[in-house]
Amino acid sequence: MSYDRATLERLLDGGLGPAEVHRIMSQFKDPDRFEKMPAIHEDRVEWGDRILLPLGEALYIVETPERERIVRCRCGHDFGDYRRNWKLEALVNVRNTQEAIDELYPPLMGCDPEWMELREFYCPSCLRQLEVEAVPPAYPIVFDFEPDLEALYRDWLGRPLGSS
Amino acid sequence: MTPEARAFPERAPIGWDGMTLKQMLDHSDQVFAETGRYHGLDGLELKKNDPIRYERMYSRMRGGVVTARENAAKIAASPLVEEMGEVCFTLYTPEGDSIALSTGIIVHVHTMSDAIKHIVRNDYEVNPGIEDGDIFVNNDPQISNVHNADVQTMVPVFWEGELVAWAAGVTHEVDVGARTPGSSSVGPISRLEDGIDIPAMKCGSNDTLFRDYVDRCRRAVRTPLYWSLDEKTRIAGCHMLRDVVLELIESEGIETYKRFIREVIEEGRQSFLERMREQLVPGVYRAPVFIDYQLAAEPSLPRHAARDGVLHSPMEVTIRPSGKLEISLDGANSWGFHSFNCTPTALQGAMWAVLAETVMSSDKVNDGAYFASSLYLPFGSWTNPGHPMTSHSDSWYILVPAFAALPRALSRGYHARGYVEEVIAGWGDGNYLQGGSPDPFGDQAAISNMETSCVGAGAGIIQDGLDYASSSWFPTGDMGDVEDWERMEPLLYVARRVKPQTCGFGRRRGGMGFESLRMVWVDEYELQNIGDGTMFAQSGLFGGYPAASGYRHNIRNTNLPQLFAERRPYPTGEPDTADSELSQLVDGEPTRDLRGTTMIEAYSRYDLYLSMIRGGPGLGDPLERQLEDVQRDLDEGLILRRFAEAVYAVSLREGDDRLEVDAGESEAARDRARRSRAERAVPVSEWIEAERRDRILPQRLVGPVREMYRSSMELSPRWARHFRSFWGLEDDFEFTEDER
Repeated sequence: MSYDRATLERLLDGGLGPAEVHRIMSQFKDPDRFEKMPAIHEDRVEWGDRILLPLGEALYIVETPERERIVRCRCGHDFGDYRRNWKLEALVNVRNTQEAIDELYPPLMGCDPEWMELREFYCPSCLRQLEVEAVPPAYPIVFDFEPDLEALYRDWLGRPLGSS
Repeated sequence: MTPEARAFPERAPIGWDGMTLKQMLDHSDQVFAETGRYHGLDGLELKKNDPIRYERMYSRMRGGVVTARENAAKIAASPLVEEMGEVCFTLYTPEGDSIALSTGIIVHVHTMSDAIKHIVRNDYEVNPGIEDGDIFVNNDPQISNVHNADVQTMVPVFWEGELVAWAAGVTHEVDVGARTPGSSSVGPISRLEDGIDIPAMKCGSNDTLFRDYVDRCRRAVRTPLYWSLDEKTRIAGCHMLRDVVLELIESEGIETYKRFIREVIEEGRQSFLERMREQLVPGVYRAPVFIDYQLAAEPSLPRHAARDGVLHSPMEVTIRPSGKLEISLDGANSWGFHSFNCTPTALQGAMWAVLAETVMSSDKVNDGAYFASSLYLPFGSWTNPGHPMTSHSDSWYILVPAFAALPRALSRGYHARGYVEEVIAGWGDGNYLQGGSPDPFGDQAAISNMETSCVGAGAGIIQDGLDYASSSWFPTGDMGDVEDWERMEPLLYVARRVKPQTCGFGRRRGGMGFESLRMVWVDEYELQNIGDGTMFAQSGLFGGYPAASGYRHNIRNTNLPQLFAERRPYPTGEPDTADSELSQLVDGEPTRDLRGTTMIEAYSRYDLYLSMIRGGPGLGDPLERQLEDVQRDLDEGLILRRFAEAVYAVSLREGDDRLEVDAGESEAARDRARRSRAERAVPVSEWIEAERRDRILPQRLVGPVREMYRSSMELSPRWARHFRSFWGLEDDFEFTEDER
């Protein structure tokens, strides 16, 4: 099972019809997807470093020429080592007033800001909204995903991680 | 000779090779612990040597369980079972491991497994005995269930004196005689109020129910007709499954059958690990979930139960390099005197059900996945109360949102591996409309509306979330026909319609929820709302927003008779809460607030009850939503104008017959919206410092939230260290107890 690049690009962009998507979801997975999808992402950004792992819609773990593995926004903004929560280097807008919640939800259909707040994390460079947390006030910022890159590449993909 | 021995004379063991069932289960556990493989199988010889025969055998089994469900459900009268399909059948090994299952409420594939293991471990083989033709039943959560309303029937299948399988079926009852009417009663505060309790007991022999059991049940529930026909549904389905097993053994031979059921589960285990390695990424994923309950003002509750609170589900998922999946809820807060506590088996069932819908994409969906995963549930928390008296009548209240977060967590892995078609930002939930009252003849009535089987699904990478079509706990859910609900419930449908603004916004929006406006059509009835109110049940994903939270808007003593008589307009819902059609068109006494969950309250004829079914969370930055998608949302009435402008930053103009998105102006508006983010945001490091100073140290938190933290930190030293470390607090920092 394998799909050509054009099909995968259309899949990623939502350009395939329901029947085709259903067929892809019902089939056995194409084992070379991880060969192809990061390459599609790499061709869509303006920087040249290799993508080790897509981390979010607009976030990637990349390897720099200095062999650092960092989180980078689609716009090129670097958040630092991928083992540290990238959100700590982001901008945050916290919606913790009724007025701020009412900008997004009709009356009664949003949270009570005394019980829960919305934290919008933005890229400091392109100001893209990268993640939104819905948590009670005082909740520690959530580290959503800590991938084990070594195990993924070495044990699951059977190839070296990055250029090391 | 002991009295028990006199009562139950020694009989030949019914397990394989001269073993008792208990010895078989002990052996199975021991071999798995030693080898890590189901029954220590080195390889799948049957599958390897004769794959066509192997797959044919599985197809016969799988076809048998699905056919049993489709046919047996027609016996039932309850819309929950007969129309919506809240029924599931499964075949198990003698030890209680699932081999093959039907569609339906598959969470119970695992709860029934634990019920059978309870029967085996407690040596029912000796007392009361397990024989061909026996019928067993369980609904006790603390033995193995989610809540009492899910009733499990188990029938042993024998071949030449050996027990070779268990056939089991479960149905969701409309009522189980709990403190308040309905299947997921919110009101019980101890197990004594959860309704009829049947603790894994023999209820029949020679394929016939015991009279005392039938009579006991008939007297214990409010809807005995539904109960009775549901029971016949389960028994009929189990007997169909028994025939499937016996015919399979007859055609393939007993030794092949025995080898087959071991291999199928081992294949399920191996397949699960392969799917994890094939589709996901090893590492740690986190998806905390919270749900509020506001019962402090309830006069019918004693003081120790009349409380507002938050249930904390700090889900952490670890995928090991081996592919093994480990889920921890370490940090969950305490159980309480409410109806929302969960048992470990309920959580295991929920985990299994969600995995069956996601990574378990092999056709061998069975307990193999259970053997490839683990679940940590902290003792003393709502996940594992460890107290014999806790109530569980509405465990689903937290179980649904907690495990709807699992696909959101795993979606980060799917996305990372490039399998973007599998990404889903979670699911919506509630409202559950429940209630009841005596009818004019004095008979007790109960209703348990399950429209919430069709919530909005979370958004994906490649498409918006599915609108009002299914739920996380019931992949083949059905909202039920209006006419069927009206037949059962004394509430007319004034309208059922898509509710704007219920989805979570994002580049891809979540699936829409809907609302049903019901008018009470008896002189007296008691109803309750059950759902979130002050908190969003799920976060969005990758920059998308949560779906709208719920609220309550019911109106008593309405002027509807007058409106109808004068042929004046009447409301059909509340598409905009800021400009409420419901409030404007009807006079009466409204209750309109964020109390998404209440105890039952009295209603009269012509009173209105609004039931809002939630949408799904969104995905991606809303400012990147395609303009044509926003246009479609507007055209279909899914979003209100002011929110299209505020959330998606589009510029709108009046067209001939609709609002039109102005492409050129919208780009400029989006640029301005993006730049405005810089003005209102601060670096996270600055925010943390201010938050620590102004909120954490002075403990400036509303009571239920502060109590949630206090309890989580008390139960879990690890979570307490995490909290203190993040905020840079001293080792002895703790929250003071809520004074209430």
